Amino acid sequence: MTWQHVVDDIRTWARVNSPWVVHFNTGSCNGCDIEILAILTPRYDAERFGVKLEGSPRHADVLICTGPVTRQARDRLLRVYEQMPEPKFVIAVGSCAISGGVFQGCYNVIGHIDEVIPVDVYIPGCPPRPEAILDGVVKLLGHLKNPVLEETIQEAG
Amino acid sequence: MDTTVPQRFVVPIGPQHPALKEPGHFEFTVDGEQVTGASVRLGYAHRGIEKATEGRNWVQNLYLLERICGICSHVHATAYCLGVEKLAGVTPPPRAQAIRVLVAELERIHSHLLWLGVAAHEAGFDTLFMYSWRDRETVMDILEALTGNRVNYSANLLGGVKFDLTSELTDKIYKGLELLEERTYQYVDVVTSDATLLQRTRGVGVTTREQAEQLGLVGPTARASGVERDIRVEAPYAAYPDFPVKVVTATAGDLEARFVVRLQELFEAYRLIRAVLEKLPPGELQARMPRKIKPAETVSRVEAPRGELFYFIKSNGTDQPERIKVRTPTLCNLASVCVLAVGSQLADVPMILAGVDPCFSCNDRMVTVYSGDTDHTQWTWKQLRQYGIDYYRR
Repeated sequence: MTWQHVVDDIRTWARVNSPWVVHFNTGSCNGCDIEILAILTPRYDAERFGVKLEGSPRHADVLICTGPVTRQARDRLLRVYEQMPEPKFVIAVGSCAISGGVFQGCYNVIGHIDEVIPVDVYIPGCPPRPEAILDGVVKLLGHLKNPVLEETIQEAG
Repeated sequence: MDTTVPQRFVVPIGPQHPALKEPGHFEFTVDGEQVTGASVRLGYAHRGIEKATEGRNWVQNLYLLERICGICSHVHATAYCLGVEKLAGVTPPPRAQAIRVLVAELERIHSHLLWLGVAAHEAGFDTLFMYSWRDRETVMDILEALTGNRVNYSANLLGGVKFDLTSELTDKIYKGLELLEERTYQYVDVVTSDATLLQRTRGVGVTTREQAEQLGLVGPTARASGVERDIRVEAPYAAYPDFPVKVVTATAGDLEARFVVRLQELFEAYRLIRAVLEKLPPGELQARMPRKIKPAETVSRVEAPRGELFYFIKSNGTDQPERIKVRTPTLCNLASVCVLAVGSQLADVPMILAGVDPCFSCNDRMVTVYSGDTDHTQWTWKQLRQYGIDYYRR
């Protein structure tokens, strides 16, 4: 085992055990946002997985986006994404973030999140249940821990 | 450097910021720690829903309008349904009206508990945030058992409601209310006696009765300043004529009063829900609605958890509306933030903002704000269109 390999392992171990999350609402109806807040509170308690909601994108590893992207919010979303240090991951929460949802065709809506920034995890639902959001976060962490294994599972399943 | 000229320092906050979960951009001009000017830049969550309603039929719009706001989705649907029913001349059955009131009050409980948590979080009192959100799960469970969804329940239909109450559900609601009532007594005790929280709330952001009337505040924000304004009492809708509401007011007008008013409203909501469950009228759940509605226009007002929600609906004889205009309570209340923030400490500003229970997804309408140096000419449609094209070409 090379020295670089050991450093990488330690880095992954640290990353998986404490993902810091920044949340950005790009024009959502609040439904997903309150469910994201709910996963931080005692019943769902995302801190079990080391998840911490962070205010500044410069300190965060994971960007959680909700809502369709409005024309006003597009530049801000890009700026928030660019401020995050590498490696960064994006979770799109809710039907609107995935496809535009009910807001498809509204004049001020550009579309979904992955038209603007690359997305790693999609969590469907209007809004998704807190359990589903937790599941999405845990899947992302599982992928970080063992990318090859997870990809084989996805291809097989 | 000339130090005699006062330095103008602007603190920009947002649109992505840790204080609130929604995008809004604020600029506070500060002199030391004192705020000397405040301005708000909104519109990050403006999606153009009012225009989108004109391209969808009456039933599709119900689901679109529910998603104006995820926190108070039921009142949006209720206001819309009441308006459309008035246009079509349909009277929903009394049982449906009572269930609408029941869900509206459950939603008020969930919204006020959510606000209590968020406001406590702004004050740095995260323990209260965790407690109130833990207890909020009780009412979320009730809503889920009743309607099948935790948020955006879509209990309303044009002409009635979708869901009926069973005896198991009734028991569940009674049990949940018992727990919540006990917890609410504790919260009232905490917000009126905890010394640290009181330092952040007592005497902060005082809105006098005159100011509240002048700024046109609505909902609990106005009631905390002694203005008795509640649509459920002034113009009772749905089943509220049968289940009268007692208006909760306070006179202090500071943040503490807003905490107390919202918590006391919870007791009122518990009482109302019990009254509805005891005297739930029997009968049908839905009246038949016509597909097309003859040309007419109407106004419908309901009391959302944050204050008066106003809908203007115009029909044109087809199965689509001609125009729907929504005015949400946050827009009325947000003006007070800019007024109250001036002269207060910068550290109090998040608390003052949270005090009105802002909801930007409700709020982001097309609003033109004229500052002093702007030319006050009216734009024609052509000019406005050209401006829009030029703006997005950049």
